[in-house]
Amino acid sequence: MEVPILKQGLYLIASIQAALSDVDLVHLRDALAEKVGKFRARGVIVDVTVLDVMDSFASRTLRDLAHMTRLRGAETVIVGIQPEVAFAMVQLGLTLEGVDTALDLEEGLAFLDKKTKRHTPRG
Amino acid sequence: MASKTVVPINTDTDVVAARQKGRELATELGFVSTDSTLLATAISELARNIVRYAKCGEILIASMQSGDRVGITVVARDKGPGISNMSLAMQDGFSTSGGLGLGLPGVKRLMDEFHLVSDANNGTTVTIKKWKR
Repeated sequence: MEVPILKQGLYLIASIQAALSDVDLVHLRDALAEKVGKFRARGVIVDVTVLDVMDSFASRTLRDLAHMTRLRGAETVIVGIQPEVAFAMVQLGLTLEGVDTALDLEEGLAFLDKKTKRHTPRG
Repeated sequence: MASKTVVPINTDTDVVAARQKGRELATELGFVSTDSTLLATAISELARNIVRYAKCGEILIASMQSGDRVGITVVARDKGPGISNMSLAMQDGFSTSGGLGLGLPGVKRLMDEFHLVSDANNGTTVTIKKWKR
């Protein structure tokens, strides 16, 4: 199950549509790291609303994804973690430390707008 | 209404299949949605351990009854190398595979009951139980 990646302005939006295998997740991570360069994106949103399980592998891969895209010059925000999934993650000790999150797509876009705001030109 | 499913675990897609079976049964038995999620997450971790450490194995998912209590038992079995240091494996943060090392202690926290048997000759069997609230 490949995850569609949409380009919207300076952002890339990956909207997960169904449960993902480990291979799918790794593919998504690598595809985003590559597309950030291709589209000169400044921000990435990964929408995980439909994921009903976030286990240690998924957490680690999303964390790596966020760190890789940051090294490529784009900020990543994970949106849509469901309350029950969040509960299970905390029980497992998965906190996604160092990764930005937002409630939903709308909040994610607002977050990126704020975070990637360009400096006002000098002089 | 006894129900029992065995899911062979050989690849990463089987991990997804196993946790979906677990959730299906939990929903069928009327588990609250949070507990279905905890169960599915625990199954995912156990199935992942099989793929990562033993390459192949199986996960048995069955309903259980005790008096008027209903629950689900999950048995994750493999013939892999076994866990050489069980107390270390149950420590938070310990991993021999470069993972997060949260697997087994985390799974134990998600479940009502947790039982681990492992040796080099017979592989590893993890049994977990979750009762309907």
